[in-house]
Amino acid sequence: MSVPLPYPFEREYMQLALVSGLVVGVCAPMLGAFLVQKRLSLFGDGVGHLAFTGVGIGALVGVWPVATALVVASAGAVVIELLRSRRAASGDVALALLLYSGMAAGIVMLSKAGAANANLLSYLFGSLVTVTAGDAVAIGALGVLIVATVLLAGRALFAVVVDEEAARVAGLPVDRLNMVLAVLTAVTVVAAMRVVGVLLVAAMLVLPVAVGQMVGRSFRGTVGWAIAVGVGAVVIGLGAARQWGLASGGTIVLVVAAAYGVVAALPTRALVK
Amino acid sequence: MGAVLEARDVSFSYGPHPVLSGVSLSVKAGEFVALVGPNGSGKSTLLRVLLGLAAPSAGVVELFGVAPGDLKPRWRLGYVPQRPALAGDLPATVEEVVAAGRLARRGWWRRFTAEDREQIGHAMASVGLGELRGSQVRRLSGGQQQRAFIAKAFAGQPELLVLDEPVAGVDADSQARFRDALVHLRQDHGAAVLLVSHELGAVADDLDRVIVLRHGKVFFDGAPADLAAAGVSLGVHAEDLPLWLEDLERAGGEDGRRAGDEGRG
Repeated sequence: MSVPLPYPFEREYMQLALVSGLVVGVCAPMLGAFLVQKRLSLFGDGVGHLAFTGVGIGALVGVWPVATALVVASAGAVVIELLRSRRAASGDVALALLLYSGMAAGIVMLSKAGAANANLLSYLFGSLVTVTAGDAVAIGALGVLIVATVLLAGRALFAVVVDEEAARVAGLPVDRLNMVLAVLTAVTVVAAMRVVGVLLVAAMLVLPVAVGQMVGRSFRGTVGWAIAVGVGAVVIGLGAARQWGLASGGTIVLVVAAAYGVVAALPTRALVK
Repeated sequence: MGAVLEARDVSFSYGPHPVLSGVSLSVKAGEFVALVGPNGSGKSTLLRVLLGLAAPSAGVVELFGVAPGDLKPRWRLGYVPQRPALAGDLPATVEEVVAAGRLARRGWWRRFTAEDREQIGHAMASVGLGELRGSQVRRLSGGQQQRAFIAKAFAGQPELLVLDEPVAGVDADSQARFRDALVHLRQDHGAAVLLVSHELGAVADDLDRVIVLRHGKVFFDGAPADLAAAGVSLGVHAEDLPLWLEDLERAGGEDGRRAGDEGRG
């Protein structure tokens, strides 16, 4: 059932993509602002590849791939965070291990399930036509969960970003906050998977924040601008993808990259407090 | 007055390498104590043990009469780490950073009240950054950045403030403002201060006690007057410290230890 919206969002499949895309446009930069400051820009990439493993498992056992991707990506995020916090492996080694083994396991399982075809490409690069009503409802619910959690814990997450040791001395639950951030990132990655694709999902965590850092004069302002860029890129990117028959994920990310280029070229960058 | 911080026979080792050996010290309520010692003397390790960030291999540490991990509420303890490393591209304002120090007092999940905002403003003003509250911390000088982190610790209105090399490498103006802020914290809020620093010149007249750490042991613990009597100036800098310690040793280590016993009493 579609609602009356103007072109290019008048069709139901575009509205489902739009709902999913807007969740990504809001949530990815919101979480990315913390990840970028913690020097974990590639965290989303590692988790995205694990989500792909989850898709492979879902295809192999005949379960809804979004659910299996959510489980595997969340579990992987917890493992990465544990390895990082206990310094059992350096951050980039832990990520590389999960990145490559996650992608390899996903491809092996999808080929075993006989699903290594166009459906595979939609998970890798995103697609306008693959978001189902069930996907959109689940992604919308996950989006509400993410925004509510960040509204509740955002200041504490910021305190950890500013000075983790002082936050620990102050009695903030640093380890639990880091874990919450990791799991929420995994949830966002899965939400973004259908529209943006696992190979480009990390771009939505990082690039809007890079734009926000150039124009925002505060952390709050940076997050606000990053969300505005993320949402704007989703709307423009989805519209352009439909108009010219382009891959949605790549188009959305190119819009963000273009926004970065435009802002970087502006003579005065600080626009908002 | 009771001790807000006490360490009894604390030892700590990194593997087979002992760093602290039988360290005993205390800081009483409202007292201003400086902890000094040359590089490698174990100051940073001792601080981590005192704050509960590392467990001693032997001995007991108590903050406000309980083990550091059991301290509640945590806002009673304020901490300014050595050269807090703000990410170079973090666009946070002074007010945002200082407000982060209020979370322990308010509860990290609760919304700030008018009183919280007043205390955050008060903390910024006390270090002379009231006018720069909307400025990005990354755009400030090193001294101003350090003052922002001191204000962050002030914002929680701690009863014990621990500072690790807070004025290392900062300009004279920032050192003077730092001293004024500490005096204000003590006079208006009655807070105790444990200051780890090589540079005591700015606060030399305000100190109640000086503890000298050397080779992981307390080498001296006593009033600044005892040091002055031994011909030692508190206006020392990092490079002068070994010389200062030699002077102290020549003046009589036994006297120093005796002064320390009195200081701990």
